[in-house]
Amino acid sequence: MTDKPRVAIYKMSSCAGCQLEFLNLEPVLLDVVGAVELSYFVMARRQNAPGPYDIGFVEGAITCGEEIEKLKRARQECRVLVALGSCACFGGLPSIKNWIPERVVESRVYQNLEVIESTKAYGIDEYVKVDAYLKGCPVDKGELVEFIKGALLGISPHLRPHSVCVECKLRENVCLFVSQGEPCLGAVTTAGCGALCPSRGKVCDGCRGPANDANAESLARSFTEYGLHKSDVIRKFRKFAGLTPEFSKGAEAV
Amino acid sequence: MSSLRVKVDYLARVEGEGALDIRVHNGEIAELKLKIYEPPRFFEGFLVGRKYDEVPGIVSRICGICPASHQLTAIQAIEDAFGIKVSSQTRDLRKLLALSQWIQSHSLHIYMLALPDFLGYESVLTMAADHLPAVQRALKLKRLGNDLTALIGGREVHPVTATVNGFTSLPSKKDLKAIAERLEEARPDALETVKLCASLELPDFSWEAEHVALRSEEGYAINEGRLVSTEGLNIAPWEYRNHIKERHIPHSNALHSYIEGRGSFLVGPLARVNLNYERLSPGAQEAARAVGVNFPDFNPFRGIVARSLELYHSIEESLAIIDRLELAQEDTSYAVRAGQGFAITEAPRGSLYHSYKINEHGIIEKADIVSPTAHNVHNIEEDLRRFVPQVLDLSEEEATLKCETVIRNYDPCISCSAHFLKMRVVRE
Repeated sequence: MTDKPRVAIYKMSSCAGCQLEFLNLEPVLLDVVGAVELSYFVMARRQNAPGPYDIGFVEGAITCGEEIEKLKRARQECRVLVALGSCACFGGLPSIKNWIPERVVESRVYQNLEVIESTKAYGIDEYVKVDAYLKGCPVDKGELVEFIKGALLGISPHLRPHSVCVECKLRENVCLFVSQGEPCLGAVTTAGCGALCPSRGKVCDGCRGPANDANAESLARSFTEYGLHKSDVIRKFRKFAGLTPEFSKGAEAV
Repeated sequence: MSSLRVKVDYLARVEGEGALDIRVHNGEIAELKLKIYEPPRFFEGFLVGRKYDEVPGIVSRICGICPASHQLTAIQAIEDAFGIKVSSQTRDLRKLLALSQWIQSHSLHIYMLALPDFLGYESVLTMAADHLPAVQRALKLKRLGNDLTALIGGREVHPVTATVNGFTSLPSKKDLKAIAERLEEARPDALETVKLCASLELPDFSWEAEHVALRSEEGYAINEGRLVSTEGLNIAPWEYRNHIKERHIPHSNALHSYIEGRGSFLVGPLARVNLNYERLSPGAQEAARAVGVNFPDFNPFRGIVARSLELYHSIEESLAIIDRLELAQEDTSYAVRAGQGFAITEAPRGSLYHSYKINEHGIIEKADIVSPTAHNVHNIEEDLRRFVPQVLDLSEEEATLKCETVIRNYDPCISCSAHFLKMRVVRE
């Protein structure tokens, strides 16, 4: 037996990209598995040990009754429960369907709707208490390691509450919105990605959800002043985190 | 032993959620089900009404392991609808992006998902204790693939720079040169990987399933070409739906892909090597000769050897592309127009099909996506049906592991495929 903290990784409705980020920690992966016991990680191992676990990472949105049950069991067997990535934090991209009648969206993919048991897509805190949120689509590896280190040391990880704009300025990027009129969500989106997209010439898509004190309504109105159609503004806010109060206000402001 | 029960509630070391249930009674297979209980996320449903330029970023999220493939296929389908012909630089950069993902995904599958079965471990985590150099080699190769994806695409999982008619930013020559040095240094690691895969004792199990892959005018097809097969299929991407169909099998939750007038088929590294062996890079062919493997080969367990040859090929071809890249800033403007577009690429796990109908405002009216695993599910069951008689004399535990290995041969990516599956959660 080992006294290393026991970690579980759960998959809900997701692309597996966030749990893949554990395996993408190549340079420090062997250190990580030296420091924690990845007790339950179905994508990586065949023998998965039962709970209880010290930390549970939940990836994915909750989109059916089976997942609600699985999530509740996860909550019971984990001391600390972490929402891993934007799907688990806010419903993520699967939540786009929440604004289309369920049967309409289902009928575009399936013929026999009797066998479909899908519900609206929500983040995990719709159903259980969540102790920490690691945002991003995918989750940022730096923040993931920071979180694991914090957990091992018993200290709070430094997760950034400010906006992507701050990180973008620190990188001395030319502002895509102000200088080129491109509709960037960096002003209202949580930092932690290092302003990854704007640094590569692409506007922020808001994948990390709303920053503290985000004024999405004001940004939405600015977008329309810059010539964006109302439907474009709504699509921007109803994407990765459309269910959050802040981004809801952005979508409803126009 | 004439009766056997194989029951795997959670398929391990695959991407996504699946289960396997096999019942053999008096030597006959009474039940064989590869169940997929991954919940559908309805990408094709909620893509309708979104704008075309959002599509690459959205479809990327179908799969965290092959996001670049979904992006590139979507972009090419949109360009087909708009009638855009991209520059040779863009084609090269896209090829590099796709190859980088093969390097990442193939080293992940070979070492972390497949190898533990053949070396007798439950996972790479426990394998590392006895095979540290191999695991370190795996981590190095996988990081190299990831770093190349990040260099071209901006990030390894869900890259950001690839866009309609080009890229939002280009890598610097300095960074390309640095990664070329690492690619050069990785050749011996890739060769070791080929040797390791060729040395594995693989079950003797062959049947002539139809193998399907892209084939292009020149080079080893990855982003463009015609879809061809070992049984004479030869079609352009726009003809796909005339030939590849899906049907609901009564005892399965899955819709099964089949070729009109024939049956199941196999896509992925083994099909690609079988159909395009002579197009592999010179070094990859030399490696194959050095370890004494010959193609075509219809043993699905040889998929791991084909995958290792593609790993070597990807490194060598990436070097050739970097060598010829000039990296000029190009005009990436284009006009939006109504139309329907089609594209097929070779994702790490095999042929990937995207098609979109777009209106004059650039809004998606219809989306049709078929992933490699969706193509393979039917054939995996066909493999199992033929393979099960070989394991009837084994203990239930050994038989189960062998059957799981048959599935893992395909490196299935269940999240990708779930959207096309009839869902019914059945856990006994």
